[in-house]
Amino acid sequence: MTAPFSVWMAIFVIIPIGLVLYYALTDSEGSFTLSNIASIWEYKGTYLISLELAFVATVLCLILAYPLAYIISRMKTHSQNTMVMLVMLPMWMNFLIRTYAWMTILEDTGLINTVIKAFLSLFGYEFEGFSMINTNGAIILGMVYNFLPYMVLPIYTCLTKIDNKLIEAARDLGANSLNVFTKVILPQSMPGIISGITMVFVPAVSTFVISKLLGGGMTYLIGDIIENYFLGNTGEVNYNVGAALSLVLMILILISTGIMNHFDDDAKESGGGLI
Amino acid sequence: MANNIIDLKNISVSFDGEQVLKNLNLQIEDKEFLTLLGPSGCGKTTTLRIIAGFLQPDSGDVIFDGKIINGVPAHKRQVNTIFQRYALFPHLNVFENIAFGLRIRKKSDKEIKQAVSHMLDLVNLRGFETRSVDSLSGGQQQRVAIARALIVNPRVLLLDEPLGALDLKLRKDMQNELKNIQQQMGITFIYVTHDQEEALSMSDKIVVMNNGEIQQIGAPIDIYNEPVNAFVADFIGESNIVDGIMKEDYLCEFSGNTFKCLDKGFGKNEAVDVVVRPEDVDVVPFEQGMLRGRVTSVTFKGVHFEIIVDIGGFKWMIQSTDEQYPGDNIGLYIEPDAIHIMKKSEYSGLYGDFSSYSEEFDELSEVDADSEESKDE
Repeated sequence: MTAPFSVWMAIFVIIPIGLVLYYALTDSEGSFTLSNIASIWEYKGTYLISLELAFVATVLCLILAYPLAYIISRMKTHSQNTMVMLVMLPMWMNFLIRTYAWMTILEDTGLINTVIKAFLSLFGYEFEGFSMINTNGAIILGMVYNFLPYMVLPIYTCLTKIDNKLIEAARDLGANSLNVFTKVILPQSMPGIISGITMVFVPAVSTFVISKLLGGGMTYLIGDIIENYFLGNTGEVNYNVGAALSLVLMILILISTGIMNHFDDDAKESGGGLI
Repeated sequence: MANNIIDLKNISVSFDGEQVLKNLNLQIEDKEFLTLLGPSGCGKTTTLRIIAGFLQPDSGDVIFDGKIINGVPAHKRQVNTIFQRYALFPHLNVFENIAFGLRIRKKSDKEIKQAVSHMLDLVNLRGFETRSVDSLSGGQQQRVAIARALIVNPRVLLLDEPLGALDLKLRKDMQNELKNIQQQMGITFIYVTHDQEEALSMSDKIVVMNNGEIQQIGAPIDIYNEPVNAFVADFIGESNIVDGIMKEDYLCEFSGNTFKCLDKGFGKNEAVDVVVRPEDVDVVPFEQGMLRGRVTSVTFKGVHFEIIVDIGGFKWMIQSTDEQYPGDNIGLYIEPDAIHIMKKSEYSGLYGDFSSYSEEFDELSEVDADSEESKDE
């Protein structure tokens, strides 16, 4: 039983992490050093902005996803399936294409600006257009758009699992709709919220495609720096510093999820979404 | 009349075109222990949900304490429910589950603490305050559910098959406890069950339901001794129900014999259903029997033997502490007060024959050997 699992774990988890550790703690000759880790201090600003943008995107995802998941979970089973499929539908398309599409929408000469300009010129106004692309806002938008389904699905799964009898019991004991939500539904859906947050925050904090395409190189996220060290786009290839950056990012993510799971201690048993 | 806390008037409910309650009328007195008894799908839980406010009747009125409360939502009714699977909040511990209703009412911490500890005493769960509800046994969860409902001082407590998930021994204990709590609190209990024994032992009044209609309302003894039709006779306890003819007052005929009985008021030679309870039949030697038959199966039940006797092709069940053996020919003796006469109803002929009784399956497989024996006789 456990043998295939161990092999699976070794190939996909242990060995990759081992390699990251090896590169992070060695120099180009392969001898032990802590200088890679030490050199990371210069990127503290990048780490901060990465965490900040990922945090904002995660909060926005949660605000958008929770009502959506809640509404879907209240629908008839048939409509629920359709709605869940619609939420998943964008994920059937290539991630890059979806993000490129946003570029053409947000550009200075893109869809939004063209439409607004055309509209205003009807009334004789000159309009320079919003500059939307290549801003942090555009990066956040890209993150929210791309990762929203990962927030909706675990919350939805969690909400559908809530026994309707619990809601009736709360009503029976005098709870109005607001009480029912704050005292029963919200606490019961915590596991879904936690796994949703994890599933959005983790890829958001380490993304490099979104920031590259929608941030236009104005904002470097930690993912971009790591990519540069591995591919040498803007300088020398250095696996060791790249690995050290990844390692620190991994530790930061571990700490974040650790803090989040702390909130989830009570709700663990009630079954949490997809993770 | 003034004493009625709940009055259901002409209540009808349909789900997807199927009528689950048909013009139901029921008065429930204050402080009584009333049981809605019937097979699954008879409408008893629907009735409960209408009283609780989870369901609106298609037509008819729900009157609580003299006021029509049709549109009043569940959280504004002075009625609380114990759910079938308790529906405790898994994210709250025992204390917070019980305190839920008071927290909603924004009571002070001190008040809540006092009330919860009083409730924990009432249901014998002192010391369980901080336990998670998942770690409790079925019986303990049941107690938490009771405490949680009673803490908000309901006028009426609704119990939807609350003991269904418990094992037999625990169920008996909880039956007594529930009855005690009801008397201690002095409130009305409306109890839903399909377990006739439970209904008989706990209730002040039983309402027997079937197919969305009330069959009979009465005290447990009356329901048991004087069922109004074959359905009630069969559902409450075991019954032998045979076709009979009322020759005249106090004299009836069934199974080819005439019997004295205590019933009157039927038409001369009116066709009736005759009920004889299995425990009211005495076994006598074959020659002395008012009825004579052959034992086809015997099952030991602990307190008594359950004996199936074939009398002219109709299978009777009798319960006797004396063991009989399959194949024996025995006589049966029935006292006049053991006979109960019912008017014919839509249920006549559907119940009260033990031919399809499960024990008979053994006999069916031995049908060849059996028929050869009969030829020998």
